[in-house]
Amino acid sequence: MTLLNVKDLRVEFTTPEGAVTAVNNLNFSLNAGETLGIVGESGSGKTQTVFSMMGLLAKNGIVSGSAKFKGQEILGLPERELNKIRAEKIAMIFQDPMTSLNPYMKVGNQLAEVLVKHKGMSKKEALAEAVRMLDAVKIPEAQKRLNMYPHEFSGGMRQRVMIAMALLCSPELLIADEPTTALDVTVQAQILALLNELKRDFNTAIIMITHDLGVVAGACDKVLVMYAGRTMEYGSADDIFYRPTHPYSEGLLKAIPRLDSVGEELPTIPGNPPNLLSLPAGCPFQERCHWVQDRCRQEAPALHNFDAERLRACHADANQILEAS
Amino acid sequence: MLSTTANKEAVENFSEQLEVKGRSLWDDARRRFFNNRAALTSLVILGFITLFVFAGPMLSQFAFDEVDWGAMHAAPSVASGHFFGTDSLGRDLFVRTAMGGRISLMVGVMGALVAVLIGTLYGATAGFVGGRTDRVMMRTLEILYSFPFMFFVILLVTFFGRNILLIFIAIGAVSWLDMARIVRGQTLSIKGKEFVEAATVYGVSKWAMITRHIVPNVLGIVAVYATLLVPQMILFESFLSFLGLGVQEPMTSWGSLLNEGAQTMEIALWQLIVPAVFMVTTLFCFNFIGDGLRDALDPKDR
Amino acid sequence: MLRFIAKRVLEAIPTLFILITVSFFLMRFAPGNPFSAEIAMTPEVMANIEAKYGFDKPVHEQYFSYLGGLLQGDLGPSFKYKDFTVNELVAQAFPVSLKIGLLAFIVAVTFGVTFGTIAALRQNTWLDYTIMTGAMAGVVIPSFVLAPLLVLIFAIGLDWLPAGGWHNGATPYVVLPVIGMSLYYIASISRIMRGSMIEVLNANFIRTAKSKGLSTPYIIVRHALRPAILPVLSYLGPALVGIITGSVVIETIFGLPGIGQLFVNGALNRDYSMVLGLTILVGALTITFNAIVDILYAVVDPKIRYA
Repeated sequence: MTLLNVKDLRVEFTTPEGAVTAVNNLNFSLNAGETLGIVGESGSGKTQTVFSMMGLLAKNGIVSGSAKFKGQEILGLPERELNKIRAEKIAMIFQDPMTSLNPYMKVGNQLAEVLVKHKGMSKKEALAEAVRMLDAVKIPEAQKRLNMYPHEFSGGMRQRVMIAMALLCSPELLIADEPTTALDVTVQAQILALLNELKRDFNTAIIMITHDLGVVAGACDKVLVMYAGRTMEYGSADDIFYRPTHPYSEGLLKAIPRLDSVGEELPTIPGNPPNLLSLPAGCPFQERCHWVQDRCRQEAPALHNFDAERLRACHADANQILEAS
Repeated sequence: MLSTTANKEAVENFSEQLEVKGRSLWDDARRRFFNNRAALTSLVILGFITLFVFAGPMLSQFAFDEVDWGAMHAAPSVASGHFFGTDSLGRDLFVRTAMGGRISLMVGVMGALVAVLIGTLYGATAGFVGGRTDRVMMRTLEILYSFPFMFFVILLVTFFGRNILLIFIAIGAVSWLDMARIVRGQTLSIKGKEFVEAATVYGVSKWAMITRHIVPNVLGIVAVYATLLVPQMILFESFLSFLGLGVQEPMTSWGSLLNEGAQTMEIALWQLIVPAVFMVTTLFCFNFIGDGLRDALDPKDR
Repeated sequence: MLRFIAKRVLEAIPTLFILITVSFFLMRFAPGNPFSAEIAMTPEVMANIEAKYGFDKPVHEQYFSYLGGLLQGDLGPSFKYKDFTVNELVAQAFPVSLKIGLLAFIVAVTFGVTFGTIAALRQNTWLDYTIMTGAMAGVVIPSFVLAPLLVLIFAIGLDWLPAGGWHNGATPYVVLPVIGMSLYYIASISRIMRGSMIEVLNANFIRTAKSKGLSTPYIIVRHALRPAILPVLSYLGPALVGIITGSVVIETIFGLPGIGQLFVNGALNRDYSMVLGLTILVGALTITFNAIVDILYAVVDPKIRYA
């Protein structure tokens, strides 16, 4: 069953220097219980994609296109309607657990208010439920921690609180925006394992936003590779991880450190993402691409099927890229 | 590997490049400032007020302490030569407003200078030396913060008599606290920057560090606060003069003119309105310029 | 928490002590004495007066006896009104200033916080611009310009309210002084509140609250207000000092028999003991209030409490 269907999603920001298109005609869909990874460097529009669906864009952001959640259009919903979906149907975990919890409120109250609002529970019932959820995300001495403030938690613990908070109403879709980026490597692994477990136990669909393809391999069913607001490649996680057909996916893959390549220099993608205010004509990735051809500088590649369930936007021949790698 | 001297050279070159970058930062700031219409208009108006204050008395046939027996409480009139009217003693308000403005502006600028000087030195020393010295200095500052300063200044004026120089010093000496705090904060943050640390490691001298890194970086914020201090100083002086504790007759300032005007406003409203308009306009101008400077130097703060 | 309070109170004591000491010695080392301004006196009379006020003793003895008096709450005799002690004069005047000051303070905080919040929520709309223009004017126009204008309009022009006088604090006599005193603080608090509210509303945790499906009014009250009000809290100390200081001007303009007027008259008449006593009194008030604000701040901000 299709849980979420996104069509021609476009996010623009009006800035003093002109309009910036942060997300450009994005299409994807997600089934119940499935995990989609959205991958790209910072500034590629991953976060704005999900913010637009949650109604969290900055004031100067304009969204167009369509995002249907179980058949209901959620773009441009009035706040009242949106608030019935937020946390209850679609919940979100943010990148920075340090600043995403309110430092002036006890953690227990921050958790309980979700249940009071959405489930109509009394404060007491809500706190009891909050303890159960903190247990579920493996926070020790949950009862005692209800009365603590966020600054008394470590980064990993705070992210667990965020996850607990997101899962309180058993949402059907969980959006995790770089849930591990701000954390230590060991803690990262724990959080990812936790998310996988929860997905199994609660059968929640997840959109996992990350710049780390390594995270994707372990956790996702499908992957969307984004660059400068556009889809570069879209397909199953296995396909993209083992047989990338886009130079950008390939570059991201090569940039993952491996244990078996000690001593070698880690390959990087040369250059920086382009300035969205002055995108070059043609393919946005042309400046950094080693498969670049003349055609790339004039004509932006359209998204086309490569095999049954894979889409790619590149002028270079997919088979050549596959052979080369 | 580079030799140590080469390293040092590289660092110096690097910091020089930073300076070049710093200069373009100032260019940017200038451009932003000149795009700020409120600040620019204020600057022009302030220019006119300054011109009036210094050249105004020359345009009138009267002296600031000259009593026109035939024209007490005379309303403003071009024909009589009393453009802004006269006060209760028949002294010409046009000239007195200009003279009062001289005192007010001078106290404002001088007071701000004294405050900036003390504040910058104090703050930069505390921030740069750090450690125990810093702790003691900051604790002293905290103690001073809880002094009721206006009362203290009046106390000084009571004990030592009224004297324009004393007022300068008293006002300036009690207004440097914020400045000291800000400069210390800036100094600390710059001291913590990597490029300064790198320069220390490679033995760039302390003096060079202060003059080439700390001073230019602190300068912007000092300029902003100095501009915002001037109106405070003017207010401070007017406050004292309003209470009759400021400058002494027949010399005047906007504050004393306001004091006189408030007493006679029922029969001679212009005696209140004229100095009020000048003073409030000046205060507005300084505030807009200060805000403009701050926005220009620190655009993210908008 | 108790430890924090104790620490804060202990810190206040040396501050007060320094204030007293500095003020006292400034007075003693000032040129002339309060009586030199009066009509020529014979040396014997002068000596008598000096003996009466203890000026014949060595300075350190005078200092300790003054300190001793202070410890018993005695500010000494007035140099000007020779039949009164400073205490008696202050006891009469203090309730007047307290009433006006307290009312102005409450008005300033209430309206300042409200206006600032409204401006922040309606950022860059005409409402925001109106409030902020008003606030700019309020900050720039000094009370000694504003108060006479208020009198001119509401007392002389419209004849709605009395132009001055106290009449035991009857309501009509209080209105204009309180407005004159509080407008500046309404304006400054609005500016501070607007800025901090805008900053807080852009914070990540507010985005989290939105993603939790909470309504905007709920988010403002439960999530944003507390952190947004912190800068206002730290401004309350300086604001109170300002209000006390401002009472000097307001009481002069409206002819109110408060400590502000006492202070100005003391200064004009070189009534040393009065000026000294009032400076110390106001200093003690300021220091106490600053301590209270710090403690209040710690109550609101959990990070300070445990630090």
